[in-house]
Amino acid sequence: MTVAVFADQLGPRGKVKVAAATAVGSAFVAGVVYVAFRRFESNGQLEAKLWSDLFTGEAIRFFWGGLKNTLKVAGVSLILALVAGMVLALARLSKRLPVRWLATLWLQFFRGVPLVVLILFGFYGFDLPRSTSIIVGLTLYNSAVLAEIIRAGILSLDRGQSEAALAVGMTSSQTMRLVVLPQAVRRMVPALVSQLVVLLKDTSLGVAVLYEELLRRGQLAGAFLKNPLQSLLFVAAIYMVVNLLLSAFARWLERRQGQGKSKKAAPGGPVRVTGVEDLSVA
Amino acid sequence: MGVVLDNLGAFGEGLRTTVALTVLSYLVAFVVGTFVAAMRVSPILPLRWLGALWTETLRNIPLTVLFFVFFFGFTKIGISYLPFTSAVIVLGCYTSAFVAETVRSGINSVAAGQAEAARALGLSFPQVIGTIVLPQALRTVVAPLGSLFVALAKNTSIAFTVSVVELTRIVNDLANETGEAIPLYLGAAVAYLLFVLPASGAIGAIERKVAIRR
Repeated sequence: MTVAVFADQLGPRGKVKVAAATAVGSAFVAGVVYVAFRRFESNGQLEAKLWSDLFTGEAIRFFWGGLKNTLKVAGVSLILALVAGMVLALARLSKRLPVRWLATLWLQFFRGVPLVVLILFGFYGFDLPRSTSIIVGLTLYNSAVLAEIIRAGILSLDRGQSEAALAVGMTSSQTMRLVVLPQAVRRMVPALVSQLVVLLKDTSLGVAVLYEELLRRGQLAGAFLKNPLQSLLFVAAIYMVVNLLLSAFARWLERRQGQGKSKKAAPGGPVRVTGVEDLSVA
Repeated sequence: MGVVLDNLGAFGEGLRTTVALTVLSYLVAFVVGTFVAAMRVSPILPLRWLGALWTETLRNIPLTVLFFVFFFGFTKIGISYLPFTSAVIVLGCYTSAFVAETVRSGINSVAAGQAEAARALGLSFPQVIGTIVLPQALRTVVAPLGSLFVALAKNTSIAFTVSVVELTRIVNDLANETGEAIPLYLGAAVAYLLFVLPASGAIGAIERKVAIRR
């Protein structure tokens, strides 16, 4: 793909203009940073103790415990949602009309209802334990999203693959299991890892039911150490680091898939599901 | 079900707030997001960095965390507004990062020849972006921008965690009062669907209307 260039190679006047704009832009950024700094300072939020309290052994262990709970909930939900999503995707592609309807209904419902409502529903409506209500909510919601990713992955495969499998006498379930899915799954991996980022972010909704994941622990630490601003910013930074690592991993997978032997196995590169990225903003 | 019917007024009020939150935040997100997208393709390096910093920061921090930082952290440095206003700011900024990424992908999808032709005619960078590239880019991203609207509508429910009085908060309080959680939350789910499903239908209609064949 050629990348469009939106501005001409600069002449002397243009260079002066850009230099001026760069200076103004930098001054603006510097101004924002300065105002932020003054705000912190004049409100006494830069005191060393407020920040160093975050890095005592005890505090670190506390945050680490929160992160572990976050990862645990995210991991369990991901596995359950993958299984449910696979079943749903196959149901959506089923030959039987009622099965397709049922799957579509499920999908529309759980994609349309906010995750918080699902979590609260499980917690207050069915008296589920805190972590279970989060896992159930995340699983229901993500099953719908993952089903769409998986379906797109299956549909992206050349029809000749399943036709050839049927032609050599495989049953339709053998075709799906031995020919279609193994290839489709490879293409979906980057999209799935991207969705994992969203899922991980969504675990922070655990605060709604006071589950002690990372954000809740940040809130508790902030109350205990009397530094809510610092604790919450610290939590935000942890989320950011973890998610950037995951995104980098997804990009790496995508790049790796674009080359090498997968070229033969899965022509057309990784599957792109339009809208999924946006669907999953939560 | 009776408890839902008895409180239809409260449901309506909550839904109104939710809709208002969604629409206002979306306006903020759209304006800021388009601006950030333009920054990210501009010839001025610090602006590109700033744009990238904005999107990457906001996209990688959970919305719930942003709410907490803004509501409970920023009061410590003297930043506090009414809950509704704060919620619009947080939701708007968060969604703007996704709008920016979407618009940017739209910009990249406009054929390079368009920008080149515009430049050949002597248009400046703001003219190239504003009159040639963006109008075409925005048309191609109507569908993803629409999904962002729907996602935003659902995300307003997260404001519940910082006690903004919208649909989820109202239902939650009712559930605590009456103890009838199941019908009430089902009612909430239906209320959200009543907002979300027609909205995505309307978006589909807009999409078909502005679609251009290439």
